[in-house]
Amino acid sequence: MSEHVPEGGKSPRITLRDLRYAVDGREILGGITLDVAPGEILCVMGLSGAGKSTILRCIAGLVSAASGQLLIDSVDIVGKKERELLPIRAKMGVVFQYAALFDSMNVYANIAFGLLRGPRRKEFQKKSRQELTQQVQEHLKEVGLPGIEKRLPPELSGGMRRRVGLARALATEPEIILYDEPTSGLDPVTAAAIDQLIVRTRDKKNVTSVVVSHDMRSIFRIADKILMLYEGKAQIYGTPSEVQNSDDPVVQQFIRGEVEGPIEIG
Amino acid sequence: MTPGSDSKETRLASEAVEVFEDVGETASKIIRKTFVRSFEYLGELLTLLWRAVRAIFQEGVHLGDLARQLTSVGTESLPIVLLTVGFSGAVLALYTVGSLTNLGIGDLLGGIVALSIVRETGPLITAVTLIARVGSGITAEIGAMKTTEQVDALRAMGISPIAYLVVPRLLGCLVMGPIMTLFGDAAGILGGGMIAVSEGQTPLQYTDSFRQLLEPSGSDILEGLLKALVFGTLIALIACREGLETKGGAAGVGRSTNRAVVFTIILVFAADFVLTWFFKAKSVV
Repeated sequence: MSEHVPEGGKSPRITLRDLRYAVDGREILGGITLDVAPGEILCVMGLSGAGKSTILRCIAGLVSAASGQLLIDSVDIVGKKERELLPIRAKMGVVFQYAALFDSMNVYANIAFGLLRGPRRKEFQKKSRQELTQQVQEHLKEVGLPGIEKRLPPELSGGMRRRVGLARALATEPEIILYDEPTSGLDPVTAAAIDQLIVRTRDKKNVTSVVVSHDMRSIFRIADKILMLYEGKAQIYGTPSEVQNSDDPVVQQFIRGEVEGPIEIG
Repeated sequence: MTPGSDSKETRLASEAVEVFEDVGETASKIIRKTFVRSFEYLGELLTLLWRAVRAIFQEGVHLGDLARQLTSVGTESLPIVLLTVGFSGAVLALYTVGSLTNLGIGDLLGGIVALSIVRETGPLITAVTLIARVGSGITAEIGAMKTTEQVDALRAMGISPIAYLVVPRLLGCLVMGPIMTLFGDAAGILGGGMIAVSEGQTPLQYTDSFRQLLEPSGSDILEGLLKALVFGTLIALIACREGLETKGGAAGVGRSTNRAVVFTIILVFAADFVLTWFFKAKSVV
């Protein structure tokens, strides 16, 4: 389990207040309230279709919540237009489930692309090609993949793609990183390496992280706080030990991965 | 006629009326829905065009992206355009040369072929070629990016998918559509010329007749190029729109590509009719 102690007293980086999201009248998120402190790792777990990825997409501003408040550094982003979200996105990085690397670009271009074309492009365009290459190489080294700049995404394994995705997210030096199922489908050793990267990134740069996962081992290894979503609502929200010791049968069935119990698989 | 048979006929007649009413109502609903959906679709295309124009002014145009699209639309499509319009010109000459000779106006062949090519066949066949070669490619590429979250990744990085994906493709089709049409026109006229020569005309006879039928101001060519401009815009907008709306994995990409090709062909032919009617009625060029 992570030993990080979130900074007390500071206002939360991410705040959700009664956040609701629906598609075609079907409620996906039914009033979620939580705070993520600076440097905290919040893990969001739940069954498939429980709304985990939706909560992440709401925080990233990729979808807009129907109602409620979603504050990033005290700025409510609900209903904001793409251009209005640019300052928020400048301090945020997203690691997608299957990395979402650009197929047409090699690893170097994938990482440099966000620097040269993103909201902070003016700052990075001033740098020489050599400085930029060095920066990309450093980020690849950071994720344990030195020397793969010229490789194309289809030439990489699943674990390597995730790590390049993480390097791409880290390149813009974000203050908040959102991870969508970073370890799903990976072998236990690669999954542990990704977990280590997430914690190390937080420790080194005090990055605030939201990790969507249903990998129990991974969640209890890295989380400062855990939110369990069940049928679009927060079933439990607390520290890993609070979740572990919860007497809620839904929570216990989920974390133990049992078939019998109140959770009905439909 | 017995009273029983009379009531049976009345019942049958009223049932027939009901069936016709049902068919009429259903047909009317389908037609209304199709019309409403068509207008909605045109509205969506105009919105996308507006967002692209706004992105050009707000974010500028990345020259590297534009150069890639110009290359993709232009050089890679050129051989196909030359072949398709070239053969169309030859077929046109083959059909008309006999009739014109019989009417004693065989020396007008070059003018007739050139007029048909620059006003209609050139822009239209070039557009159909670009739909198949470029439009389908754009939809498949953007659609694949959409289904693998690459479009979301762009947005999450603060990069506008409209500025990065739509603008260069729109400008690429806008610029290269008329240029490809010009090359196609030349190939079509050349194709017709080869038939004319094989039928015993001299190249000079063939080219001389251009002057007799084509407007000296070049308005016929301009008319064709204006069509090509509109067709290029439609190809890019529909291809990008369908790509960005793709849902559901590889099958979804296939469906989007198919829709893009079908919708663009329909809209290009409809636009061709409207533009021809407009040019003819208003004599704007």
